[in-house]
Amino acid sequence: MSPRSKTAVRRTLRAFALEIVIYAALVTGYFFAVLHFLGGWLVGLETGHIRVYAAVSILLIIGQAAVLEAITTGLMRLLRGGRSE
Amino acid sequence: MFFPISHAHVSPIYLVIVGFVIGVLGGFFGVGGSFIAGPALRAVGIDWNFAVGTDLAHIVGKSVVAAKRHRALGNVDLRLGLIMALGTIAGAEGGAQLIQMLKRAGNVNFVVSIVSIVIYVGISGFMIWESSKTMAQLKGRKKTTARDSKSDQSAFEHVTKAIQRWRVPPLISLPQSGVTISLWIILLVAFVGGLFSGFLGGGAGYIRMPSMVYVLGIPTHLAVGTDLFEIIISASYGTFSHAIKGNVDILIALVMNTGAAVGAQLGAISTQYFTGPKIRLAFVPLPLIGAAIVIYTMFSGHKL
Repeated sequence: MSPRSKTAVRRTLRAFALEIVIYAALVTGYFFAVLHFLGGWLVGLETGHIRVYAAVSILLIIGQAAVLEAITTGLMRLLRGGRSE
Repeated sequence: MFFPISHAHVSPIYLVIVGFVIGVLGGFFGVGGSFIAGPALRAVGIDWNFAVGTDLAHIVGKSVVAAKRHRALGNVDLRLGLIMALGTIAGAEGGAQLIQMLKRAGNVNFVVSIVSIVIYVGISGFMIWESSKTMAQLKGRKKTTARDSKSDQSAFEHVTKAIQRWRVPPLISLPQSGVTISLWIILLVAFVGGLFSGFLGGGAGYIRMPSMVYVLGIPTHLAVGTDLFEIIISASYGTFSHAIKGNVDILIALVMNTGAAVGAQLGAISTQYFTGPKIRLAFVPLPLIGAAIVIYTMFSGHKL
């Protein structure tokens, strides 16, 4: 690996370490919000309307992934001065 | 923490760490990672049916993150991914039927175990040989720059080219991958991947990703990204199918996905720093881990 690549890798890893700290704080709050607001509703759906539960599950996981990807990309861009990769 | 859908007590930190590890592997290699996620969920007492279904739901989320990142890096061939998704779903159904036939014959566990060990060890052995040979060939040539690191080379290229010459219409042009190939070959590769997915469980990314490189001639970086895109569609189908059977605890999958979101980005970004043969060589332990799990299951009688 060339010295320039090594510097880039080191910078990426440092940004990731900082990102993980910020991200962990966000995610902790998110856990409680999701489990508090959605937990009961999802259990009700799973027992009473299984097909709706299946569709909602897919939408939730895709939606969450899209939001998390946007957050992590935004954090990376912020921490690495405008570059996300 | 109590998860009311699967009635399981699991630490969310454990789930985030498992998600992170699988995210890194998925982002870097384009695999679903079910060979780790399934046993990891079983290890904390989650029932096998929930482990399989929840793992699939988590794979959807992780693949969305990793595929979006790979797309930003220009590593996703959407046309190829959509065609492959059709073949994979059909193959997965075929694999599930095959399992039912073997169940009726009464020797499903033995046959599936032997087939999977042969396949996993075969893939690893072949990839060690091919990637080492390719790297040895490239050693004498000028150093690869960042720009051309994605233009792939393979010691198996002559066979790939011979397959591409089999021009049975309709031919599909894949400008992003730089390949024009018969639709039937793409569907066959996807169908075989899906067949193994239905037959052996999981997403069978460790069969599909190498097949895309060696049979279709797709550059490794694009094979990784496109496989992830294809997994979103096929794993969504699998998630829906398992969810209506009551096998998905979406709350567990959502928690796992928070770790996977960071891991998948790390894995996807890391592919930039490695050439195709190096990624393929690093891929070798994954099928071997799969084989080790099957051997352990055969001899101990415990399904991990």
